[in-house]
Amino acid sequence: MTDAPAAPSSTPSADIPAIELRGLRKAFGDNEVLKGIDLSVAPKKVICIIGASGSGKSTLLRCVNRLEEPSGGQVLIDGIDITHPDCDLDLVRQRIGMVFQQFNLFPHLSALDNVTLAQRKVLRRSDEQADEVARAVLDRVGLAEKADAYPSQLSGGQQQRVAIARALAMNPEMMLFDEATSALDPELVGDVLDVMRTLASEGMTMLVVTHEMGFARRVADHVVFMDQGVICEQGPPDQVLGTPQTPRLQQFLEKVLEH
Amino acid sequence: MTDIPVSDDGRLGEGDLPELYRSGRAKQARAKRNRILSYAAGIGVFVAVALLGDWGKIQEAYFDPESAKVLFPEIITTATKNTLIYTFGAFVGGVAIGLLMAVMKMSSLRPYRWFAITYIEIFRGLPALLTIFIVGFGTPTALGVQFPTIFGVPTAGIISLALVAGAYLAETIRAGIQGVPKGQVEAARSLGMSPSLTTRVVVIPQAFRLVIPPLTNEMVLLLKDTALLAALGTTATTVELTKFGRDAFSINLNNTPFIVAGVMYLMLTIPLTYLVGRLEKRNMASR
Repeated sequence: MTDAPAAPSSTPSADIPAIELRGLRKAFGDNEVLKGIDLSVAPKKVICIIGASGSGKSTLLRCVNRLEEPSGGQVLIDGIDITHPDCDLDLVRQRIGMVFQQFNLFPHLSALDNVTLAQRKVLRRSDEQADEVARAVLDRVGLAEKADAYPSQLSGGQQQRVAIARALAMNPEMMLFDEATSALDPELVGDVLDVMRTLASEGMTMLVVTHEMGFARRVADHVVFMDQGVICEQGPPDQVLGTPQTPRLQQFLEKVLEH
Repeated sequence: MTDIPVSDDGRLGEGDLPELYRSGRAKQARAKRNRILSYAAGIGVFVAVALLGDWGKIQEAYFDPESAKVLFPEIITTATKNTLIYTFGAFVGGVAIGLLMAVMKMSSLRPYRWFAITYIEIFRGLPALLTIFIVGFGTPTALGVQFPTIFGVPTAGIISLALVAGAYLAETIRAGIQGVPKGQVEAARSLGMSPSLTTRVVVIPQAFRLVIPPLTNEMVLLLKDTALLAALGTTATTVELTKFGRDAFSINLNNTPFIVAGVMYLMLTIPLTYLVGRLEKRNMASR
């Protein structure tokens, strides 16, 4: 099954990885963005994916819940191949929360309604129940008092935290973060990272595409460096970020860290 | 720099100016001269018209109070009322057709797409007046169909205008639906919403807000196009504004009924146009 040189075996304690990618490939026309990715994320672990723009890291993340349709290979969630045609994607996605670079809050709904919508329509929770959960998760991201505000009335950092709350309200088993802080003003980044760090410490399984090297170093259990559609280097954060082995990672880190 | 004389109000004196300032002054002087010439030309034309026009005759022919007085109250209670019924009827029908055609044009099934494209091309390509003739004169004669009446007016005109408006509105509505950012659909799908649920609770509400301004615009166009129904021939109870003005004109060949009818149209269209501007500004703000 695994034809990759370095078979992923990050955590021997976990029997079944929460997320496992096997030979994942994705091409847009002639442009091959992912060239056979093998990666496994054990439950309750945080994996950060770093790399230059265009390296395929966002595409990889979007293949995990099949927002992007893989061109080849397999995506296994809790050991089940979700690229199988019989798979009910709506059910899969209920278990995988996703946070986007551009927040993608529903602009016509208040923060509270953003958080209750899928609970009511997908999980069929009652209005009262959805409301209760929504207020609890908004409180968790520090925005209890903004429940009635509309997205346009919130700062970018607040919008992103509502987006996290919206995903959390579905009680996901794992979370995907697609450059969650890249669109934020620098002074707002910290609040969002704090929420993500808390989630990690509470044992959420997280796959995080990020440019925040500090976050990767402090929070990640495992860091993956992608370059030109392949995993170029991976390992514990101190090793990957501290003693990069490949010239490409060394160059990348120099560029990122010299600022 | 320091040796340029400067007056108390901060203007530079005449002295030995650098090229930058001399050139700037020359440009300002030219702009001022052009402004004065523009005003002079406009005032000249205005004065000429005021002096040469036979104002007594013009007032009598266009703004005759007696000719205006006899138009009331029928011009409001019948003609304007009917114009509004034609407009709203055609608008509601047009939105229904437009929504259907927009959805069909985005369908994954090819025959539906073809049908919608054909419909839109035909009714956008034909003169509205021809469509009105086909529906209003041709169809009852050819098929022996009698169109029913609603609110006291025949539906032939409403149907023909709705057919035309539907073709235009289909494109407007489709643009609105496709104008909702892709990220909105992705966010909804990532929460486990099905495609149809996503369309219902995320896409349509946002598309609706996007299309309200162009929809209102279309209503203004429809309101004016109801004048074409004059060609179908109307009775004293089903007459719309333009035909009403035309009939009143025939009585004593005075322009005043046209002017009053025009004022009626403007009293409806200008607020609507103003509303479109407001709605567009609000949409901008909420983005």
